[in-house]
Amino acid sequence: MNAVSDNLIEIHDLDYSFGPRKIFNGLNLTIEQGQVTAIMGPSGTGKTTLLRLITRQIVPDHGVILVDGVDIATLNQTQLYDLRKRFGMLFQNGALLTDLSVFENVAFPLREHTRLTNRLIRHVVLTKLHAVGLRGAADMMPQQLSGGMARRVALARAMVMDPDILIYDEPFVGLDPISMGVIVRLVRKMNDALGISSIIVSHDVQEISTVADCSYLISKGKVAASGSPDELNNASSELVRQFMHGMADGPVAFHYDAPDYAEQLLGRDTE
Amino acid sequence: MFRDLYYTVFEFVRTFGALQLFFLRLLMHTPTVLSRRFGLVIGQVYNAGALSLVIIVICGFFVGAVLGLQGFSNLSRFNAEDSVGAVAALALVKELGPVITALLFAGRAGTALSSEIGLMKATDQLSAMEMMAVNPIRRVVVPRFLGGVVAMPLLAAVFSMVGLLGAHLVCVPLLGVDVGSFWQQMQQSVEVADINEGIIKSIAFGIAASLLAVWEGYNAIPTAEGVGRATTRTVVLTAIVVLIFDFMITAVAI
Repeated sequence: MNAVSDNLIEIHDLDYSFGPRKIFNGLNLTIEQGQVTAIMGPSGTGKTTLLRLITRQIVPDHGVILVDGVDIATLNQTQLYDLRKRFGMLFQNGALLTDLSVFENVAFPLREHTRLTNRLIRHVVLTKLHAVGLRGAADMMPQQLSGGMARRVALARAMVMDPDILIYDEPFVGLDPISMGVIVRLVRKMNDALGISSIIVSHDVQEISTVADCSYLISKGKVAASGSPDELNNASSELVRQFMHGMADGPVAFHYDAPDYAEQLLGRDTE
Repeated sequence: MFRDLYYTVFEFVRTFGALQLFFLRLLMHTPTVLSRRFGLVIGQVYNAGALSLVIIVICGFFVGAVLGLQGFSNLSRFNAEDSVGAVAALALVKELGPVITALLFAGRAGTALSSEIGLMKATDQLSAMEMMAVNPIRRVVVPRFLGGVVAMPLLAAVFSMVGLLGAHLVCVPLLGVDVGSFWQQMQQSVEVADINEGIIKSIAFGIAASLLAVWEGYNAIPTAEGVGRATTRTVVLTAIVVLIFDFMITAVAI
């Protein structure tokens, strides 16, 4: 048996800029096989951008991203699509195909990539919809769903191909407390029962603490802290404490860079 | 000033090159789409063609009716009002049918294609397809492009036929032109080459209008304003390109 590294994804020395703005500056990060890994950070730190880089929807300016030891920059389109078949991704807004019903949205990857019979596809889709509590909404169109329901359908679609890696971009936004509790438990249960790995980008510190094995806190283009939720909760770093406990004062400024308030109100900044 | 001019020219050449590469990509995927996703193409022929029929039929009828009126009025000065059928047919088949259909197509189907693809981009639907290992060019763009290319000549044919009917209804029952002269002169004057010119024009306009619509949608800035701008540009660019192509094809045909 070959010795296999526990590292599913490794990111080395990653640089990425959006226009003149540097998003990542020498970011290093490792995601282990079989774990639920949370990526947290203040708004605008590039958490969603990081997910897009990991799945090569965009390419970095510099640095290496390894998935299962393979540099994803070297893959051609067929190899990249083969890799993406192992990913399931839940987008922030659900990204459901608006011309297809809920059922057909979840069935979409199966129809595209398998030759399953309609009867089998129906069984698989209804099973996944049942898991997210929306079996009764199978015939509805995406525009008839609330934001939270759309995200749950998108979750069913993300897991319909039984991926090895599930990526969640802000999965808890807009969910009511009951749905949130169910989804949090579902994330954990799927990860453990199916032996997959999960990456969650989220602001919800409380929910993340209950579900994640390992968390990364990103700030100013680098990993500012990492560890288990307990370790981050008890960290002495001012930045980590400010973020984990939602404090207004600390190293992360609430205000975006701006000229002096009084000077601007008096119009002196334009002189 | 020269720097601005340089950047404008540079940007135009860059965009034109990118559009050509995009067209080649569409052509490259066309055989696969036709063999494996024929149902999607048929659906798009319905969307671009059948759903545009109402506007095409109404406009075709009134354009034909006006041609009949104007033709009768002008030809009667030379005592040649019996030739009004031939004049209307030649104008519709060679010129007005393809051109006006293309302009109406840009307004009805082209804007729908641009805004649909642009909104799919803005709502991450294209990214979601990419993440599901489904090529959005193959799944979304090529079927819509082919649907437009197939629908456009069919719509132009319908436009010309309904236009002739409009001309007939104005000239024969209302203005008293002899029905035999109306259709016989038309039959004698319109040659296969004239019909071929109209077909070639409508195919060329169909390719141009569909290509510009899917290009603008696919490259739209993914915001409400960006999609709006892309939709507007589709209509403006298609109108300009169609009229330039019309001049070029007519010059070659004559």
